[in-house]
Amino acid sequence: MNWAIEVKDLTKKFGDFVAVDHITFSVKKGEIFGFLGANGAGKTTAMKMLIGISIPTSGTATVAGFDLNRYPDKIKQNIGYMSQKFSLYEDLTVVENIKFYGGIYGLSRKEIAEKSNKLIEKLQLQDVSKSLVNSLPLGWKQKLSFSIAMIHEPSIIFLDEPTGGVDPITRRQFWELIYEASEQGTTVFVTTHYMDEAEYCERVSIMVDGKIAALDTPEQLKLKFNSNTMDDVFYQLARGAKRSDN
Amino acid sequence: MKQFIIFVRKEFFHIFRDPKTLIIIIGLPIIQILTFGFALTNEVKNSKIAVLNPTIDETTTKIIDRLNASRFFEVQESIKNPKELDAAFKSGKIRMAVVFQNNFQESLQHSKKADIQLVADASDPNIATIVMNYASSIISDVQNELNPNFSIPYQINIATRLFYNPQQIGAYSFVPGIMAMVLLLISTMMTSLAIVREKELGSMELLLASPMKPLVLILSKVIPYMLISLFNWLIIVILSVWLMDVPIKGSFALLFFVSLVFIIAALALGLFISSITDSQQVAMMISLMGMLLPTLILSGFMFPIENMPIPLQVMSNIVPSKWYYTIVKDIMIKGLGIKAIWKETFVLIGMTLFFITISLKKFKLRIS
Repeated sequence: MNWAIEVKDLTKKFGDFVAVDHITFSVKKGEIFGFLGANGAGKTTAMKMLIGISIPTSGTATVAGFDLNRYPDKIKQNIGYMSQKFSLYEDLTVVENIKFYGGIYGLSRKEIAEKSNKLIEKLQLQDVSKSLVNSLPLGWKQKLSFSIAMIHEPSIIFLDEPTGGVDPITRRQFWELIYEASEQGTTVFVTTHYMDEAEYCERVSIMVDGKIAALDTPEQLKLKFNSNTMDDVFYQLARGAKRSDN
Repeated sequence: MKQFIIFVRKEFFHIFRDPKTLIIIIGLPIIQILTFGFALTNEVKNSKIAVLNPTIDETTTKIIDRLNASRFFEVQESIKNPKELDAAFKSGKIRMAVVFQNNFQESLQHSKKADIQLVADASDPNIATIVMNYASSIISDVQNELNPNFSIPYQINIATRLFYNPQQIGAYSFVPGIMAMVLLLISTMMTSLAIVREKELGSMELLLASPMKPLVLILSKVIPYMLISLFNWLIIVILSVWLMDVPIKGSFALLFFVSLVFIIAALALGLFISSITDSQQVAMMISLMGMLLPTLILSGFMFPIENMPIPLQVMSNIVPSKWYYTIVKDIMIKGLGIKAIWKETFVLIGMTLFFITISLKKFKLRIS
């Protein structure tokens, strides 16, 4: 089995409003998969269903080898999740944050201690490991947050706009972490607003009005839509959207 | 279980690292018990009085001694001349004067009648009335002792009397009220704020995406506040017993049990509030307007329920604090046991179960 995620006719309705409308797609193991869409296109809702915090109205999905409708708890143990909105508890220290996440993912005390040493060394946070997180710059927090989301070595990591609000250099560094995870075999499922980041992905899907309007490698998409940038591809697709903000 | 412990520890980090939260949690019960117990009491203690006693004899001395010995009065000066009375009041040194008639005891023995006049500074009419009531009750005590077999041998021309609580000890009714208020405030408000804060931060999604079971999540979020509430409850009890001299006449175990039930009801309410809103401000408003105000107004702690219009009396029945307040008063002050309060306790337990059910249901609904 070469698929990390297989989605078939996944649908979510809120009353009459169809937020996600029968989407079908698959994500390869170890792939960096870009999940794009304008605000309100339904990508957040789709992602919430995949990580098991929103129950689908209909449709099926297999995530990390487990059926979403039957074993959501098994899925949770095998995936990591990081969002732009929340990275870490600001009033806890770096070490305390690591311990907390290690703890709720059921790692043993020994494992947590090992991981936390390794992680602090890798991110070069030795000097600030006992400082409260709110004293760290945003870029550091996001790298730390990513590493913490990976602490239980999940087979898939879901990243919800992970690089919002950081400068291009930090974003670049962040993507190096993503590449590294991918090289080690972790599947990366990432939503983003930045079209240059879409170019970094191996394959990209673009959601419009709750449906997947396009799915291919960035090169193929550019060819298909006869344009030089992903920006333009996105614009051509999203222009026709009924639900977009603009 | 390990998840639970690690989560509870994190919760205590949040609490102890936020000075504002800490002040509310630890300072609030102490401040409230002190302000309500001492400052806002309707007792008037140690009023300074003047005495005008033309003929010193056994009876007048007895009355003066009694007044002086009570905790309400302190004899400040003796006046010889009625004209000095005015000056004494104007100087602001005294709140009340006691004026005996000439030859008080003689008159009492011969004509079975003697007069005392109580003159009070009525610039604050409430205090004047209260002070006069104290004085006349002390004087009539003396009168009864002197004449156990007689009908009224002398008259005091004051047309007021004590309405309630002849000892007028304010702390007695305040302590159970403060208990209800503080427990509600800490349990309901702090819990709902703590949960809504995770929603505002966005960490709730992260927690829900983790393998932690929602029920464990809720429990580990709520338990720290339950412990803090119990701690606060204990502080209030200790302060009331040792500082306010409020007795615990009934069973301490029963009091503890009822308080625990009330705390759980309040926690469930906090959970419910957190499930209907995503903003800390709204949660705070609902807690204050929806919980604190009814507690202050409708629990019987500030205003007697019997004097309210019927619709309000009916409404007061749905306020959990009213039942808790009644039970605590019965246990602590009247010393009643479970036989007397089982009905109220039953209502409180019923309410608690109801709140737990709806808040858990609502919480599950939110997750899906």
